[in-house]
Amino acid sequence: MSASPTWTIAGVREALLTKKTSARELAKDFYARIERRNPELNAFLALCPERAYAQADRVDAAITKGQALPPLAGVPVAIKDVISTQGVRTTCGSKILETYTPPYDATSIERLEKAGAVILGKTNCDEFAMGSSNENSAYGPVRNPADLDRVPGGSSGGSAAAVAAGLAVASLGTDTGGSIRQPGAYCGIPALMPTYGRVSRYGLIAFASSLDRIGPFANTITDAATVMSIIAGHDSNDSTSAVDGVPDYLAEIEKPIAGLRIGVPEDYFGAGLDAEVKAKVLAGIALLENLGCKRVPLKMPHTGYAIATYYVIATAEASSNLARYDGVRFGLRVQGNTLMDMYRKTRERGFGPEVKRRIMLGTYALSSGYYDAYYLRAQKVRSLIARDFSNAFEKVDVILTPTAPTPAFKLGEKTADPLEMYLADIYTVTGSLAGIPGISVPCGKSAAGLPIGMQVFATHFGEARILQLVRAFEKAGGFVI
Amino acid sequence: MKISREDVLRVAQLAHLDLAPEEVETYRGQLDEILAYIGKLQELDVSNVEPMTQMRPRNAGGASGARVAEAEPELRDDVVIPCTVADAVLAKAPDAAKPFFRVPKVIER
Repeated sequence: MSASPTWTIAGVREALLTKKTSARELAKDFYARIERRNPELNAFLALCPERAYAQADRVDAAITKGQALPPLAGVPVAIKDVISTQGVRTTCGSKILETYTPPYDATSIERLEKAGAVILGKTNCDEFAMGSSNENSAYGPVRNPADLDRVPGGSSGGSAAAVAAGLAVASLGTDTGGSIRQPGAYCGIPALMPTYGRVSRYGLIAFASSLDRIGPFANTITDAATVMSIIAGHDSNDSTSAVDGVPDYLAEIEKPIAGLRIGVPEDYFGAGLDAEVKAKVLAGIALLENLGCKRVPLKMPHTGYAIATYYVIATAEASSNLARYDGVRFGLRVQGNTLMDMYRKTRERGFGPEVKRRIMLGTYALSSGYYDAYYLRAQKVRSLIARDFSNAFEKVDVILTPTAPTPAFKLGEKTADPLEMYLADIYTVTGSLAGIPGISVPCGKSAAGLPIGMQVFATHFGEARILQLVRAFEKAGGFVI
Repeated sequence: MKISREDVLRVAQLAHLDLAPEEVETYRGQLDEILAYIGKLQELDVSNVEPMTQMRPRNAGGASGARVAEAEPELRDDVVIPCTVADAVLAKAPDAAKPFFRVPKVIER
């Protein structure tokens, strides 16, 4: 529908340096695009033009003075509404935080702005990032820019749709069981879940602490790598953040890929996989073989247990993390006669059905008499799933799978059956449980014109290897195969 | 059936959720279905498997061993860093009387 050009980070930089536009004009142009498209997409929950224009003016002043520009100078970005932004409402897609305005910025936000990025606003998502379709948002679903009758995926559906529709050049999402990669696949853009600990989570509102990660959406691999180079790295405010050095992603991604060993686990290509998705992903693998990669068949025998494991561990952690929403310190309070009455009424009115379902499931799994059978057992199976990956990475450099079993489904199609919705994450939760990085990149479209995603995993801190592979894939036309 | 109406009410009470009567049966059915699915974890023999309790890459990951040795926990220097957001937090609280949050009376005389 929109004839507006797709901007890249390099494109923005060039346009600013050659004075074809200013950062303020560009921000204004993006707000105009949002005004046009957001009523139908519902990708943004809040806009912060004051903050965006102030940042744009700083960039423009630096250009006027001839100062060196930071890597993201003037680049319009969007932020999932689970990441704290000082003074900008942050709801997590929940009624319980409808009035919540964080008193500080997340580290990833600080780093983006220090690099010159212009934050346009906050994007819609499933409530507390719990969902695979964005239909669990208390503020209405996001629609897929490729087909407005279909979901954008979830939970970072707003961040994916915003970039795919050209309403932001890049965005941040979060991934707990597939919430970056699956919407990336459904909306047809690159979407990277970094290694656990690679990107600081200070200021990320927690869902499941042993799984949550922040990562980028972008239109190109170079742009995803650029954003990663800004947000990755140790942060003393996050005790789970890794001290490992951050590679020069932009240099790494241009390296040749011939000779890389690509593992293809048969367990990801069995029953339940849509025939068109299978054909496109296999075509993607064939293209990489043509580029000199070596295909290695793999068996990852515990793949079929990943969803069950995930829904014990993630819900157990959520039941604990979401105990803080009690009406005492922030967000919604529903008055009660006693403290307990206030807690219960606040949580009953503030949380939506999926959040309550997961809190109850997690509470059950952790409760006396059930802990060993559910939580402890799930943690052990998690070890087996992680071992499947560490064994595989003895033989291969990357693992290649479909991102999701089908292209984007229709709004309302799976809302009646929570379990069926959970199975949309069947290929993504494995990497989440193992703590490794994974990306989804487009690999063509279905006959109906719906984007299809291909997923690439590497071992811990292997983001550069993943990006290198998919950069070559992108250059060879793999995105439109 | 794995989960009863009473289980749902017990769990809701533990989680401080005040469910409406019609919600109880809906959640009972859904949780029952999900727990039945999760039951597939019982198929595996995990008697010699350690639970995965740490997310940092470590060598305990089986035959391979991850490439990164288990890192020392990252502890920062023991220096007091002042919290500067207390006023902002209290200003946005549902009911505050600086420096406190106010709640319904919890102690009966």
